[in-house]
Amino acid sequence: MTTYTASDFKKGQPRWCPGCGDHFFLSSLHKAMAEIGVAPCDTAVISGIGCSSRLPHYMATYGMNTIHGRAAAIATGCKVANPRLTVWQVSGDGDGLAIGGNHFIHANRRNIDLNMILLNNRIYGLTKGQYSPTSPRGFVSKSSPYGTVEDPFRPAELCFGARGHFFARAVATDAPGTVEVLKAAYQHSGSSVCEILQNCVIFNNGTHESVYSKEGRARNAIYVRHGEPLLFGENNEYGLMQEGFGLKVVKLGENGVTLKDILVHDAHCEDNTLQLKLALMGDGDGFPIALGVIRDVEAPTYNDAVEAQIKEVSEKKKYHNFAELLETNDIWEVK
Amino acid sequence: MDREEVVVRFSGDSGDGMQLAGNIFSTVSATVGNSISTFPDYPADIRAPQGSLTGVSGFQVHIGADQVFTPGDRCDVLVAMNAAALKTQYKYAKPDATILIDIDSFGPKDLEKAAFTTDDPIAEMGIDADRVIACPISQMVKDCLKDSGMDLKAVMKCRNMFALGLVCWLFDRDLEVAYAFLREKFAKKPEVAEANIRVIQAGYDYGHNTHSSATNVYRIETKTKCPGRYMDITGNKATAYGFIAAAEKAGLKLYLGSYPITPATDVLHELSKHKSLGVTTVQCEDEIAGCASSVGASFAGALAVTSTSGPGICLKSEAMNLAVIMELPLVVLDVQRGGPATGLPTKSEQTDLLQALFGRNGESPMPVIAATSPTDCFDAAYQASKMALEHMTPVVLLTDAYVANGSAAFRLPDLNEYPAICPPYVPEELRGAWTPYMRKEDGVRYWAVPGREGFEHILGGLEKDDKTGAISTNPENHDLMTRKRADKIAAIPVPDLEVIGDAEDAELLIVGFGGTYGHLRAAMEEMRQAGKKVAMAHFKFINPLPKNTAEVLLRYPRVVVAEQNMGQLAAYLRMKVDGFVPAQFNQVKGQPFVVSELVKAFDSIL
Repeated sequence: MTTYTASDFKKGQPRWCPGCGDHFFLSSLHKAMAEIGVAPCDTAVISGIGCSSRLPHYMATYGMNTIHGRAAAIATGCKVANPRLTVWQVSGDGDGLAIGGNHFIHANRRNIDLNMILLNNRIYGLTKGQYSPTSPRGFVSKSSPYGTVEDPFRPAELCFGARGHFFARAVATDAPGTVEVLKAAYQHSGSSVCEILQNCVIFNNGTHESVYSKEGRARNAIYVRHGEPLLFGENNEYGLMQEGFGLKVVKLGENGVTLKDILVHDAHCEDNTLQLKLALMGDGDGFPIALGVIRDVEAPTYNDAVEAQIKEVSEKKKYHNFAELLETNDIWEVK
Repeated sequence: MDREEVVVRFSGDSGDGMQLAGNIFSTVSATVGNSISTFPDYPADIRAPQGSLTGVSGFQVHIGADQVFTPGDRCDVLVAMNAAALKTQYKYAKPDATILIDIDSFGPKDLEKAAFTTDDPIAEMGIDADRVIACPISQMVKDCLKDSGMDLKAVMKCRNMFALGLVCWLFDRDLEVAYAFLREKFAKKPEVAEANIRVIQAGYDYGHNTHSSATNVYRIETKTKCPGRYMDITGNKATAYGFIAAAEKAGLKLYLGSYPITPATDVLHELSKHKSLGVTTVQCEDEIAGCASSVGASFAGALAVTSTSGPGICLKSEAMNLAVIMELPLVVLDVQRGGPATGLPTKSEQTDLLQALFGRNGESPMPVIAATSPTDCFDAAYQASKMALEHMTPVVLLTDAYVANGSAAFRLPDLNEYPAICPPYVPEELRGAWTPYMRKEDGVRYWAVPGREGFEHILGGLEKDDKTGAISTNPENHDLMTRKRADKIAAIPVPDLEVIGDAEDAELLIVGFGGTYGHLRAAMEEMRQAGKKVAMAHFKFINPLPKNTAEVLLRYPRVVVAEQNMGQLAAYLRMKVDGFVPAQFNQVKGQPFVVSELVKAFDSIL
């Protein structure tokens, strides 16, 4: 088997602003692809429009930088028509959740084997600073000078609401964390959503401040791993416990709490209730922000089902070419 | 009495099975070698109240000894299964037509629902009672099936077959073919097939026993026969078959991305059946995704098709444009219906022509092909696919509700006789030197399908550099690329425009496009029979236009452009042909042209 390095997937010179989170993500994607080992010629990277959607131009794979909002729909056709391809779909929060929201939820619902990257900087960068569907209520921007009067989408809720089977989160500056979720997304068959928290240095600087640095993540994030207790803090001194219908933060050793009391992460649990609770933490609520693979449940994929149906019907039906198809009709002969 | 041709219109409630009766009648007639043309006329309501005026559906069948080009203007026999059908459909009957009614559906309540004001609907509509066969169909069907064990609802569903039996008697049709049709259709419910067969026979016998009440027994002898094997086919089915045939010929997988919309949905239905041919259909979340996913499938190496009607084209136009700038093959099927907005969803128009030609942002040339008849939909779909694949471009295929739902006898095509389809795959020797917009001599760029090592590339909606394929905002380059895209489309070879009729010395040239072919042809033949010098030139290839277009259009002293819109083809031809000033005949009623109205209008131009 051919082995690849990150440079086998690299092309051109990225034109994003210096310091843009997209630079960090791109580098992690190159690295992840090399580790995954699928040949560049069997890889398609499909984006919509927006700063982050420029990404395919920096890939040495097949790819398309298409039109605003349609990346998931275009990727769907690409994967269904040619299931041998490994398809990555890259969108920003506007491309994926505003103009492309319908395609985002339906790709998840159908469970097409797409690796869907959502680069979330909570702002429209390419059009120079309007609020996005992930901007918090009250957000002041060029198109909301007095603050927005609407609530944002929380990507995990949309993904789960659309019956998504895979959701992971990473911070763009956290290369190992990003590579890990990208590899897991590839491993997962079916639609997999990776929310990448990414900073826009120009129009929304600091939006993910609390977790953008390694030190910040140590304090404010929790890395979740399937089968491991949900511990966090600089010395893993804190943990999550279930309480009633919700979660609570506890400190090990306090009030008699021991490691046994800590919730163990189950990304493979079909029931997404607790996974959703993990995914929604950290919105100024005293909980850490969850990073890593939050949900990863295997389910039949659309593309596999299409192939299986074609095979099954082919075995049953008696016609396999156009001439034979014609013969299935009521035919009469004029002599 | 021998007749050259006859038109029968079956009408009743939407649930009365008029289409089935009409289909069987046309099949029975086609089997003896008659030429056939059919047209269903559905109400737009999902299921209007039973017996109401808005719930009437019609199915018209035209059979002829010689070639027939249209489903006919007005009918010789009108079957009206209830009072509302008589009320709404009588306007489609000739003055001397035979009217067949189910008198059991003309009770006081039925008359009230049909807004009759007297208790004698025949007199109220001014119909000569001698021409009416008032048959107690419901009662006779009940009697006929009283021992069948079927419940009343199931029994009443067979009323259409009684009417069919009676019509078969009127035209001396062989019932065995009808029986075979029913046994095939209800293969899984033989008791239903046999019940229907008993009722057909009862209807036929009723006609036989009471023949004094009918005006005539008609016979349609077959004059010209084109030997071969035939099937009955609707335009939508023929379109679907054309795509299947093209994919097979090109050696590609067929992908359809679609969203249900009247009157195009039957193409999705048809293609969804044929998984054993590897056809992949995705019913998408919206029209946009239908087209967008097809662009993705095309990139991935399939013959990609998206099907819709006018409102869907509005939504697809952005992704169509993406295929224009990425120069990827794609067929966009527009089964035109009445507009604007939701308009007349079940009715037919030709009002999307300019939208197909120009309805996108930027300079966005796209070939446009318009199918001329139900059976021509097969060839048109094949040609559109071939053009898209060989010229790396999206192609708009226009049909319309009339052509899509109408049916005709279709001589089974032999794919060996169809031209090869050869997409311009990038040749191996260009490895290392190839860039995405490198072109062949005819201006067509090469196709590198993902999976091929060494030809990885990025396409996109942003303008690209002619040489490198990288994003470019260079003014000279954009101008160059715009021209190259336009030149490529303009250079696509299409057949010359054919002039039929009095090509040498016509005083009037009739010009049309797409689905009006049959009506315009029938009008021309009628005028020529009356001694007029008339010719006709009908456009199937609209962009690019045939090379001889200007020469043909400027050859005759008078030209009329007749179309089911407010003059879109005329405007386009005037833009393309200097000095071309035609007369126009425009109608947007949602109904097919009426040949007699065309003749009258064309006569007045002469």
